[in-house]
Amino acid sequence: MSGRAGSAESFAFTADNLKAAKAVVAKYPEGRQQSAVMPLLDLAQRQLGWTSPAVIEYVADFLDLPAIRVWEVVSFYTMYYREPVGRYRLHVCTTTPCWLRGSDDVVRVCKEKTGLDFGETDEKGLFTLLEVECLGACVNAPILQVNDDYYEDLDADRTAALLDALAEGRQPSHGTLAERLNSAPEGGKTTLLEADARC
Amino acid sequence: MLSDRDRIFTNLYGEHDWTLKGARARGDWDGTADLIAKGREWLVEEVKSSGLRGRGGAGFPTGLKWSFMPKESDERPAYLVVNADEGEPGTCKDRDMMRWDPHKLVEGCLLACAAMGAGAAYIYVRGEFYNEARHLQHAIDEAYEAGLIGRNACGSGIDCDVFLHRGAGAYICGEETALIESLEGKKGQPRLKPPFPAMAGLYGCPTTVNNVETIAVAPTILRRGASWFSGFGRSNNTGTKVFCISGHVNRPCNVEEAMSIPMKELIEKHAGGVRGGWDNLKAVIPGGSSTPILPKSICDEVLMDFDALRDAQSGLGTAAVIVMDKSTDVVRAIARLARFYAHESCGQCTPCREGTGWMMRVMDRMASGRARVEEIDMLLDVSKEIEGHTICAHGDGSAWPIQGLIRHFRHEMEERILSYRSRAAAA
Repeated sequence: MSGRAGSAESFAFTADNLKAAKAVVAKYPEGRQQSAVMPLLDLAQRQLGWTSPAVIEYVADFLDLPAIRVWEVVSFYTMYYREPVGRYRLHVCTTTPCWLRGSDDVVRVCKEKTGLDFGETDEKGLFTLLEVECLGACVNAPILQVNDDYYEDLDADRTAALLDALAEGRQPSHGTLAERLNSAPEGGKTTLLEADARC
Repeated sequence: MLSDRDRIFTNLYGEHDWTLKGARARGDWDGTADLIAKGREWLVEEVKSSGLRGRGGAGFPTGLKWSFMPKESDERPAYLVVNADEGEPGTCKDRDMMRWDPHKLVEGCLLACAAMGAGAAYIYVRGEFYNEARHLQHAIDEAYEAGLIGRNACGSGIDCDVFLHRGAGAYICGEETALIESLEGKKGQPRLKPPFPAMAGLYGCPTTVNNVETIAVAPTILRRGASWFSGFGRSNNTGTKVFCISGHVNRPCNVEEAMSIPMKELIEKHAGGVRGGWDNLKAVIPGGSSTPILPKSICDEVLMDFDALRDAQSGLGTAAVIVMDKSTDVVRAIARLARFYAHESCGQCTPCREGTGWMMRVMDRMASGRARVEEIDMLLDVSKEIEGHTICAHGDGSAWPIQGLIRHFRHEMEERILSYRSRAAAA
């Protein structure tokens, strides 16, 4: 197995990430460097593409922790990919608020377009399809998170168009895909209308 | 209806500049040092008399919580920890505050630290909120550069650091002691209380954990005065509140309103009403996924505040209103929540680890009708064995939605079972 940007057998931070990692550790009090374990794993995963065993060993050494402490963290949280993933990670929320607004359609289109089931990555390494729990953007449901970005107010057509763009290597700008201003009601605000409330 | 002049989050929808320049134009960071100069006791008393109750779900009086922090330091540092691990299904208010009004939160951190004698604040943001965390970090950086936080913050003579810490995907880290564990670099498994965080929290030091909204409203309360804030809502339920209205409404949205607004008015005025009209309403989950579902007959009259919703055997929670019209399969809607709670159990306590999985499996059968009518009572019994028998409230939160479903929609569960039986018999 190999990741996109490095081998699974060894890992080390790039010079830039080494600098960033030191700045992260400095946020926490002397002797409390264990607090940096999650941010450092995130940094390493962004560098390698996934959280390989070598990443775990490296972060444990970096923070002078037994490796098991880092393994525990990696296996507890859902955002660490423990195997290589595609260029675009499609995280589909199917929790009740998204389900009420049609997440079944988003799931169906994602599966049809990519040919993947949840937890799978395609052979070209383009897409990984994942089911996730509530993403915390429920008034813009349903939501599909692509890598770090939320695509909101989806339906079948909007999902299909988004996936087509990604397949061509274009990532459209994120946020709501409906005619509305972020979390304001579609069709116009009902509050914050007075001039002196605006700046 | 709340007037725009009394709204705290004037950039809730991100129409305006969210950086320091825009924040100052909207009144943030105005006279912060003067507020700090009034002293610790004044700050705590003012928040107490405003009636502010915690906006993260439990509704504990904020000023009282702040007063639990040690008055004399015993050499240990004290911390403020801000819970920005927003993940209660239905809830998405803190997200808007962090991305469009981050300076309210940063200024609130300084004032809360001043009120509690804390030298540093850690803001724990859920990992998925990557873009929101970037805005917030930008605001923190701006505040440092402008001398608003850090050494001699705002020229007040006190030092206050503010740090952002990102999570990595675990709902349980919204529980305050799990959050502290996670911030210490461990699995997010809740701690037994006592000791309470105010005595031994982050790194074993006195700590107060507050929700984003609770901290972000504090500067405005302190500037405009406790009586201004307590003028909204009913007694014991005061202030303004950001509501999240999702599900089967014509125009889902976040909106800041006065506490104690009738649910019907909230939905009709701001979210364009229920899809197909109010009479097409079936049920509402009034305060995020943990709060028991309410049938239309209660929704017709109920007020959106802590006490009214408690009296209706539900809760205000995070004020995340999830609306379901008559097309909704409520059994399946709650079964999906049961799956959520099973997925998010940290596994530490047996009743929750085993019970949430068991309830999920039974609820999945209930949703298709593959169950016996007597199992409804068994499900209710088991939910009560989980409730109150775990270290943290995750067990309670998993039990309440199912109890609410059985309380109000037992007939629908029974009909589902009977119709499955008759179909099976016919086949």
